[in-house]
Formats: sequence, C-alpha cells, structure tokens
Amino acid sequence: MSLPLYALQQLINALSIGSLYALMAVGLAMVFGILRLINFAHGDMMMVAAYIAAFSLLAGIPLPLALAMMVIGTVLVTLVMERVAYRPIRTAPQVAALLTSFAVGQILENSALLASRFARKPEQIAFPGIDFLRGVVTIGAVTIPKVNVVSLALGIILLILLSLFVTRTTLGLSMRAAAEDLQAAQLMGIDTNRVIVTAFVIGAILASVAGLLYAVQAGTINPIMGFSPVLKAFIAAVIGGFGSISGAIVGGFALGLLEVLLTAIPGLGDILPAATTSPGVISFFKTYLPSSLTSYRDAFVFVILILLLLVRPGGILGTTDRDNTR
Amino acid sequence: MLQVEGIDVYYNKSQALQSVSLTVNDGELVTLIGSNGAGKSTTLRTISGLLRPKQGSITYNGQRVEALPPHEIVKLGIVHCPEGRRLFGHLTVTENLRLGAVSQHDRALNERTRGEVFDLFPRLKERANQSASTLSGGEQQMLAIGRALMAQPKLLLLDEPSLGLAPLLVESVFAIIRRIKARGVTILLVEQNAFQALEVADRGYVMETGRIILADSASALRANPQVEQAYLGGAV
Amino acid sequence: MAGTGKAQRNGTLIVLGALVIFLIGLNLSGSDFWQSIVINLGMYIILSVALNLSNGFTGVFSLGHIGFMALGAYISAILTLPLSQKALYLPHLPAWLGVTHFDLLVGAFPLGFLAATLIAGLVVTLVALIVGLVLMRLSGTFVSLATLGFLVIVRIVLINANDFTRGSRTFSNVTQYTDLWWVYAWLLITVYVVWRIKFSPYGRSMFAQREDGVAAQSVGIVIMRPRLLAFCVSAFFTAVVGALWAHYLTSFSPNAFYFDLAFSVITMMVVGGMGSVTGSIIGPILVTIISESMRRVEDATQLYGITQIVLAVLFILVIIFRPGGLLGDREINFAAIWTRLRPNRVEVEPKPQNVK
Repeated sequence: MSLPLYALQQLINALSIGSLYALMAVGLAMVFGILRLINFAHGDMMMVAAYIAAFSLLAGIPLPLALAMMVIGTVLVTLVMERVAYRPIRTAPQVAALLTSFAVGQILENSALLASRFARKPEQIAFPGIDFLRGVVTIGAVTIPKVNVVSLALGIILLILLSLFVTRTTLGLSMRAAAEDLQAAQLMGIDTNRVIVTAFVIGAILASVAGLLYAVQAGTINPIMGFSPVLKAFIAAVIGGFGSISGAIVGGFALGLLEVLLTAIPGLGDILPAATTSPGVISFFKTYLPSSLTSYRDAFVFVILILLLLVRPGGILGTTDRDNTR
Repeated sequence: MLQVEGIDVYYNKSQALQSVSLTVNDGELVTLIGSNGAGKSTTLRTISGLLRPKQGSITYNGQRVEALPPHEIVKLGIVHCPEGRRLFGHLTVTENLRLGAVSQHDRALNERTRGEVFDLFPRLKERANQSASTLSGGEQQMLAIGRALMAQPKLLLLDEPSLGLAPLLVESVFAIIRRIKARGVTILLVEQNAFQALEVADRGYVMETGRIILADSASALRANPQVEQAYLGGAV
Repeated sequence: MAGTGKAQRNGTLIVLGALVIFLIGLNLSGSDFWQSIVINLGMYIILSVALNLSNGFTGVFSLGHIGFMALGAYISAILTLPLSQKALYLPHLPAWLGVTHFDLLVGAFPLGFLAATLIAGLVVTLVALIVGLVLMRLSGTFVSLATLGFLVIVRIVLINANDFTRGSRTFSNVTQYTDLWWVYAWLLITVYVVWRIKFSPYGRSMFAQREDGVAAQSVGIVIMRPRLLAFCVSAFFTAVVGALWAHYLTSFSPNAFYFDLAFSVITMMVVGGMGSVTGSIIGPILVTIISESMRRVEDATQLYGITQIVLAVLFILVIIFRPGGLLGDREINFAAIWTRLRPNRVEVEPKPQNVK
C-alpha cells in the first residue's frame, strides 16, 4: 500500500478513535470542572450502556427502543450513583472521592457479572450485530469500516450540540460558571445540585453513545471493558487541560492521533516501499523503531501523561492557575 | 429587615465568630469595620448561606434563613458581592451580568436592569464582549457590583469593594454606593477603609477577633476615640 | 505514645506472646486451610502497614504501590529459580542473571531466599527513590494519578519484557520458601520499623504536613525528605511482600498485580484507619473475615461477584460515615491491655503536701 494512502487510512482511524475518546473525556472533564472529582466509574457508565443495549437487543427489542433504553438506563444509574455515593462526600478531600469512584466502579462491574450469570451468559458476551453499522465504506482506494465513519460523525454532531448547549443556554452558562468558581456561582442564585446533576447526566449520555460504538467496534463486551477507555479518556482530558470542555475535545482527538502515531510509526520500517525510500531510512526505522515497540504504546502514553502532569498541569489549552483551594 | 442573633461560626475546629449579633433595618446602610481577620467577611458569608452557624439565628423579614442554601437566600433578595470580586474570568462582561440575573425570570426586567447597569458603568458597556479577566481592577469592581445589581437585591452585602483600588477609584466606588442607597436598596457594607465607610453609613459595628465590640451610629463612631485610634489613623 | 513505658512494654509482650502461641498452635494443627488464610492475612497486613506509612502518614496517596510488589515478586523469583529451571523457562536471560544461584541453603535455612528478598527489596527501593523524586513535587490527586500511571507502566513493562518475565504467561516453578514464620517475622519487622518512624521526629513532621496542602508546597525540600523516606521505606516492605507472595503461590503473572489487588489493600487500610499502624492490622483482619465469609456465600449461591460488591459498599460507607477509619490515627493502647490484666496493682500516690 502506498504511503499517502496508509497515512490517510491511519488518519481516519485516529479521528474515529479520537472522537470516542473525546466523548468520554468531555464527560469526565465536565464533572471534574465543577466538582474537582475524577470519576473513574465513568468507564463503567459506558459498560453499563453496552450491557443494557446488548441485553435489550438479545431479548428481541427493536433497535430504536433498545437504544432509548440504553441511554435512559445509563442516566438512571448515574443519577443514583451521584445521589448515593458522590453527594455525601462533596466536602471530603479529593482522594477520598477518587477512591469512592473506584468503589462505585467495582460495584457496577460485579453487578454486570452477576447480571450475566442470571441471564446465563458467559463473562464475555458477543455484542449483537447492528445492520446499520456493518460493513465498510469505500472512498477511492481507501476502505474504512462503516462503524468508524459513524463514530466520527456521531461524535462530531454530539460535540457540536454540547458546545451550543454550553454557550447558548442559561443552564450551560451556569455550568461554565460553576466550573470556574463554585461558590461565586452559588451566590448568583445557581442551584449547584442541579448543575452538578446536569453535568453527570450529559456525561452519561455521551458515555452511553461511546459505549455502544465501542462495543460494536470490539465485537464483545465484558464487565471490565470500560477500564482502559476511562484511563485513556482521563489522559485525553489532562492533555487538554482538566476541567475545560474544549480542552477535552482537543485532548481526545490528540490522543487518538498520538496512539495511532505510536502504532503506525514503529511499524513504518516494514511498510515503507523499498522502491521509493532510501534504504538508510528503512533500516533506521527497523532498528530503532521496530514494530515490537507497539506493545509499549500504552506505557508511552502514560509516561507522557506523567510528564504533562509535572510540566504543565494546566494541559495544552488550560491555564496555569491551578487554584484548587476553594 | 435583617436580624442576626448570637451566631457562632467555625472553620473546621477553630472558631471564627463568637456570639455575633447585628441588625440592619430597611433602607439603612450599615457598615461592619475592623482589622484583617476580624471576621467581617465570615459574617457576610454566613448571612448569604455559604457558611452555616453552629449556634444562633439569622432572620430576614421574619423568616429564618441561617439553614438555607445560598441560592434560596438570593431568591429572597439578599445578594452578596463577595470579597475579591470573584468574577468569572473566562466569561465575558455580558455573560457575567447574565449570570447575575440567573435568579430573575422576568426577561424584560433583566434587559432594563442591564441597561441601567451599563448607564451606571459606561466603561463596562464598552467592554461588553471582553472576558472579565482582561478588565482593570476598578472595572472588575464595577462589574462585580453590576452583577450583584442584576439580581434585584433588596439587601446588598458588599464585601470590601474598595480593596486594592487607587484612591480616585475608591471615591467613585463610594459614589456608586451612595447612588445605590438612594434607590432604596438596603446595604450591609464590610470595609477596611473605615473612614469612607463611616462617611457613607447610617450606623456601624466594629469587629475584633470574631466579636462585635462596638455598635453605634456612624457619626458617633467617627467621633469615638477608640475607633479613631485603631481604624481612622489617629486624629482625623 | 500509647500509655506509659513499662505498662506499654508489658502489654506489647503479652500480645506478642499470644501471637507466637497462636502461630505455633496453627503450625501444629496441620490445617492447610487455616494456615493459608493466616499467611495471606499476614501478607495483607504488611502491605497495609507499609501503604499506610506512605498514604496515611503523609497524605500523599499512592495508588501504584502494587507495582513495587510486582517488581519484588519478579526480581526475587528470577533470582531464586534453580539453574535448571532458568535454562528451561527463561532461556533468553542475560548471561549474568542466567548463572545466579540463589537457591542456596545453609543447613535448612534458605539463605538464598533471604538474599534474593533483600536484593529485590533494595532494587525496588532504588526505583521508588527515582519515582519518588520525580513525583513528590505533585500534589493531591495529581500524585495519586501519576502513581496510577506507574502501576500501569510496570504492568506493561512486565508483560513485554519477555526475556525476563515470560511476558503475560504464567511465571511458575518457583520454590515455595514462604511459610508462617517468614511472613510473620517480616510482619513484626515491618510493624516495628513503621511504628518507630511514626513516633520519631520525622514521623511527627509527616503528620503535621498531612493537612497542609498549599503551605507544604512552598516549603520545598524540607517536606520532600520525610515524604520520600516514607515512600521508599514503604516500597521496600511492599517489595518484600512481593517476594514472599511469589514464593508462596509459586506461580503468578502480571495480571495479579493490578487494580483489584491495589483496591483491596487500600480498602483494608482505609477501614482500619489512615495513619494508624494497629489500624492497618485490624483493617485486613476485618476485611479478610468479611471476604472469606462472603466467599462461602458465593460458593453456595453461585453469585460470584458479591464479595467485591460487599467490600466496595463497605468502603463507601466508611468513607461517608467514618472517613478516618476505625482507629483514625490513634493506636491500640497496649498499656491498657497490661493494666486490665493486672487490676490489683495500685499506684501509690504520694501524700499531697499541705502548702501553707
């Protein structure tokens, strides 16, 4: 395959993955912005959505209804989670909240496990195929899985809707205010509980869409499927400047690009066309960036995360004023 | 009318206010003066609901408010313009004003009030679409006050409006305070600048280490040698 | 300090004596089932106490300590693997490791095991020193997240360093050196060291800095040292547990050293009380009782997953209603144990002098 085509295909892959990361990262960023809470159970939100969708479809429920149930179910679980586990500890130190989110995640994961048991299904369930998302799209010489195209399109649409909501509506404005200064927002007459719940709900909706798309792409679902995405989403949010919605979006796409780069470049030595590239370049890639480095990709991503935390905690877009004292 | 009776307020384990009582009658401008750390801001924050007293009560127009959340208290007409302005720096001037009006649902009234705020502070009108963090200190204070006015305050809690401002600006801030008072808004003013505060107020309370140590009319306080010595820089 | 010197010493001796008698009895009973529970409990206690030193004492909440445990496990296991096994299972080990002979026995005492454990501990402490120097600058949640990153990185490295670790395949055929005595000897050492640190000037300054988020930042080096010390010492003992664990289970893979284990240890520590050494003994005992009981229920009802849910709910309840844990940062009063058992001892009060 020629280099430009390879690059194009990888770019679209990157954008498609990036939009999933962006959807997840935005949910995390919204909650963090207002509450300074890192909700590690967010990944389990996407898992819950995938499970609800899977069980509904397997039970024969028609697609539109199943999707509606998926979104509503995820939102309900989020509301309960916020009310029971997160609201009581709002004044607790940040680490306590972080750990609580882990605990909530454990409850959700094991509940999914139990649910599988009741439904007499194995731990890893094959996600029922959705006709609309099957197959590939061909543009010229490039073939892209349909689900990637839909992920990208859906992601962009939802993110645009979110931006409109946040900039044009009063509730959205209140959320931005609360994220900047919660106490000042209270003095404006903003009911912070309502704002916080809204942030969680929006996050849940976005996570459920991401969960569905992820499940379709992966083909199977399991109780810990949300684990890796939430770590990635978190990194994306940090890259963009934790707490900033636009930052989370940029971070999500940046992470998608970074990941694909880290996968594509090491393997470059193997696919560079020998005819048109100098042997020196090819051997450089093969020696120093062998494809076996790909497996270290996630480690690199985390090293970058740590470096970012050290050097620029405000992220790429965020400000450097990390005033956490409220 | 606001009645604060015997409130004790704690920050974690340390006591910030001890048995603080004060009254603010409708139409009055009452000032709370004292040195840094005396508890003046804490008092305002307790009235506006950001803090809850361990003991004591706060009554506004006959209703007990000390246990209400801040957004409910704003609905009753008590608006707190906090210390340090606490503007939303990433948002524009207009957005800050819109946020001030979040508790008010009469669209037409909000438009009118915004117009009045811009009349009062023409500089803000010029910078309507700039982000609040780009304003100068004086402009930020004007925005903070304007934002508070958008909430249609019946009782305005002003916390250190002259903080960090040059003398000329301080003058204009107090001129504005007079104008607001003239419109019938009741004001409880916390100030480090005791001189100006006592000039504009009807009555005053002096606080020290979490307690009220003096309460009198503003003119009497101005003449009080204790006050003169401690807060007015000796003989005026 | 809990209680007066002599009373405390006597009270402690009584508790130790009871422990020794209990262990001897357990050993004699020959019950593998109970022995394994007590051995696992012992290792969890060391992990909790060590973690408490870093997280509970200094308020720097590390989520990645299990990474140290993993490293300790692998390093010690690679060292003690008999030469024949090394050739078979780790054929690509670099030459100098391939000939190390840590299965030495001196009489019946596995000196090689002790040496391997210590070496693993020291190497990991060095790693912790580097990691600590880099990460201690961060504050609050950020340091927690960075240590989480460390945990993930360790796992990825272990999975990929095939020549050393057999990657994600099971690392097995480790000799089972660990028994009751090894575990509890190390337990006593760990508890002693951490106790001494807690009640030393270093310890006091650690506790003082716990609360001081922003203020601590500005003091720089002064707060780095106690934090770094705590971090490294706790890493050492955590690595030791890794070695003990590896030589008890005799086979393991990188997946064992991940979030589930990390969260279990954190739950035990939080339940017992952050900042309390004895709390980190009580916590694991309580959690072990609960999870063992729940495991019976799971087996009976086939509802696998309930144990984790119950523990997670317990954790949330503790965080909401008793965030300090059972003991907060207090310790069990050993002096009280002594005075309880000797009620006849009457302190003779000097007669009050009449002051004219």
